[in-house]
Amino acid sequence: MRGPYRRPMSSTWWLNKRNYLLFMLRELTSVFVAAFLVFYLVQLAHLAQGPESYAAFLAQRASFGWMFFHLLALVAALYHSITWFNLTPKVMVMRRGEERVPPVFIAGSNYVAWLAISVVILWIVLRS
Amino acid sequence: MAKSSNEAFWWSLFSAGGMVAALLVPVHIVLNGIAEPLGWVSVDHVRALASHPLTKLYLFILFALPFFHCAHRFRHTLYDTGLRAYQTPIAVLCYGAATIGTLAAGAILLTIH
Amino acid sequence: MAEPSITLEIFRYRPEVEQEPTFQRYTVPYRADWVVLDALNYLKDQVDGTLSYRWSCRMGVCGSCGMMVNGTPKLTCAAFLKDYYPAPIRVEPLANFPVERDLVINMDDFLQKLTHVKPWIIRDREKPVIEGEYRQSPAELASYKQFSMCINCMLCYAACPVYGLEPDFVGPAAIALAHRYNLDSRDQGQALRQDVVFSHESIWECTFVGECSVVCPKDVDPAGAIQQEKVAGALDLVKSVLMPWGSR
Repeated sequence: MRGPYRRPMSSTWWLNKRNYLLFMLRELTSVFVAAFLVFYLVQLAHLAQGPESYAAFLAQRASFGWMFFHLLALVAALYHSITWFNLTPKVMVMRRGEERVPPVFIAGSNYVAWLAISVVILWIVLRS
Repeated sequence: MAKSSNEAFWWSLFSAGGMVAALLVPVHIVLNGIAEPLGWVSVDHVRALASHPLTKLYLFILFALPFFHCAHRFRHTLYDTGLRAYQTPIAVLCYGAATIGTLAAGAILLTIH
Repeated sequence: MAEPSITLEIFRYRPEVEQEPTFQRYTVPYRADWVVLDALNYLKDQVDGTLSYRWSCRMGVCGSCGMMVNGTPKLTCAAFLKDYYPAPIRVEPLANFPVERDLVINMDDFLQKLTHVKPWIIRDREKPVIEGEYRQSPAELASYKQFSMCINCMLCYAACPVYGLEPDFVGPAAIALAHRYNLDSRDQGQALRQDVVFSHESIWECTFVGECSVVCPKDVDPAGAIQQEKVAGALDLVKSVLMPWGSR
């Protein structure tokens, strides 16, 4: 008697459904985040080498190619941030007695913190 | 139990790094990746900020934790695309790269004055 | 005037006559209030008695009739023909499980994993009846109630790509049920479940795709349960490092 039939799973399973594709894109944001951080680290290494070296380096980074990369990286980083904050209510459940704190408050507090921190950093760096 | 506590450790770094990346990476892409090369930021001010020990500590965390977040996420992405058979070398490469990145960040940050 | 009809493409596998599965097309009457299960029952009664599939309550509480409907895991008693009409409907056995015959899958793996997480109240000491009930406040009930709604329909296993790629993965429903008992104030068995829940094949395999929670017909949110167990595991690690003398 033949045994049960096992259907094979394709390694491109994540292309078969919208939610799977969105998941894979979310995971791949980590590539852009890591790449940006490496490039930023290189930038800081040039900063350490003195103002002329840094100015020349920044001029290179103003090219269309680098700008395009940073815009892509920004889109990826934003997708990471949004998906991350939206998922926090599932990971941290808060309750007052029987009632669950509405998930929108938990996610919302993350967004508020994100906005506040970003404004503070922008202020620190841009004031002159 | 050893295997389970290993995973809890890497997941904790992933989790902390994910939060740091979510909160801080976008604004730094805008500032350091776009605004600085376009000349919208005073270079002297950036250098002065970066030389401060507190800034260096902040930047170290900005590099270290997200590096381990990305390593963990990429490791699992490779598993999810069917490379689970190469579990150990993939894990070593990913966390190894994050370690090298973190050490490099420490070294470079120390040279800024 | 001809009665409206709809086409069903149904996965057939008869191990005694074929090595590979095939698809068979059938035409059934289209009734706006019918679900896919009604169509299958019509087929079996009137057209092809050889079709094999599981069903029972036909109202979404028994968990028996889970199948892939147009590639999505669904309870066929909850999938209305009118949501697909007039396009054909493809019905297949639940994904990620071996197929015994036609639409019937082998669920031994799930049942074994379910048993493994010990989904029952574990006490250090059972109270004798004269000592009274185990009392539980509404708030204590609320903390685990959502996870107790699981009907073991296995749609979450069919939706989970990690389970598809790694058969050793304990899986969404089993972990959600372990979580349900870990959260239950009457339970004292968290430590006993730990070896299963915190093992390498358990919560750490999950990459939070989240599709399990999307397809769950009872809003159990197994993905949330797994992430909450990850937090518990991480806190456990911190405790064991900071306070190694404590026993769990």
